[in-house]
Amino acid sequence: MTYRTILSTLVGIALFGTLAANANAAEYMIVDGTIPDSLTGKPGDAANGKKLAINRKKGNCLACHVMPIPEEQFHGEVGPDISDVGSHFTEAELRLRLVDPKVLNPDTIMPAFLKPGTHDVLKKFDGKTILGEQDIEDVIAYLMTLKGQYSQ
Amino acid sequence: MKYTKYITSAAGLLGLGAILVACTPAPTMKTGYDYAIPETQAMQDDDFSNPAFVWVDIGEEQWSTVDGEAGKSCESCHGDASSMKGISTSYPKYSAEDGKMRTLQHQINYERTERMKAKAWKWEGDEMLGMASFIKNQSKGMPLNVSIEGEAAPFYEAGKAFYMQRRGGLDMSCKNCHMDYPGVKIRANVLTNGLPNGFPTYRLKWQKIGSLHRRFRGCNSNIRATPYKQGSDEYTNLELFLTHRANGVAVETPAVRN
Repeated sequence: MTYRTILSTLVGIALFGTLAANANAAEYMIVDGTIPDSLTGKPGDAANGKKLAINRKKGNCLACHVMPIPEEQFHGEVGPDISDVGSHFTEAELRLRLVDPKVLNPDTIMPAFLKPGTHDVLKKFDGKTILGEQDIEDVIAYLMTLKGQYSQ
Repeated sequence: MKYTKYITSAAGLLGLGAILVACTPAPTMKTGYDYAIPETQAMQDDDFSNPAFVWVDIGEEQWSTVDGEAGKSCESCHGDASSMKGISTSYPKYSAEDGKMRTLQHQINYERTERMKAKAWKWEGDEMLGMASFIKNQSKGMPLNVSIEGEAAPFYEAGKAFYMQRRGGLDMSCKNCHMDYPGVKIRANVLTNGLPNGFPTYRLKWQKIGSLHRRFRGCNSNIRATPYKQGSDEYTNLELFLTHRANGVAVETPAVRN
């Protein structure tokens, strides 16, 4: 075993350690109020995105927003009506708004869907994000289809 | 000359307006009652249809029930329960003996263990909720009036800090909903000012009466935050903050909510 092998092994272990530590922490770059790059590199599935938007334990967008989903009762009114959101925002803008809206408005009630809570988090949710990276891409794909006014 | 006249009368009107504004009493904060549907309001309005009176009656019975080694009931010292009129409106109250705040429920257990030499009641038990709602019901319609001066001040600050602190997996504070969006729908429910003036409250969801601290636990769990214990310092200080925020609002105990 040469020094060189040892060195590369050490570098390898260090590199692996870094990757392992980052496996749970989302990596993304914020540029001018947007996250330009897809979180996963895979295209979003709009049909699944709609399911996540309805699911009370997942996106639960309906808790606060009116959306063109007549089959679901009781749309919330805390946030703006987003039935036309695809006409107003780009994917990159929506991505930051879902990942961590507090970057844009620190006082917002809207949760960051890709950032774990930091204070008094229930054990079963500790270190966990509300949605996964692909979930967010799916929701974005769905939101981009929302073009046109809708009234409940 | 003409212009001066206009200016003078405009200034006069403004002055009058300012006086009117100053004289108009501040509207009291809307309570959960104001946001409830008429059926729920009607249930609360009529003592005979208000299901919480099952517990108020338990409290009334306990009032004159002798318990503990001292051989006393509440009535032995306090006489008729009407002597409790107005008492609960100043709780939570600072206790020099404890060096911290006492809610009415803490005070009830203090009386039981120290004066009656009886066993403390469980926070969420029928006797405790019964006694707390019976005593608070004596003050129904009276304005909440807690003090946050002097010794109480740091506990108020702690309660306020708890209220403002984002917490849980959803990273939300009490303020995010109850100060920023009262009257606004979150899915099927209407967010309220989150006032304590109706507790203990009969919740249709619980199908029984429950304490304010039980409600705190539910709220905390909903935002995926670790709930604190009923009667804990954290929730007691939070109760002080909420009650002060509701100072002037009339006691509704026992309220009915969804």
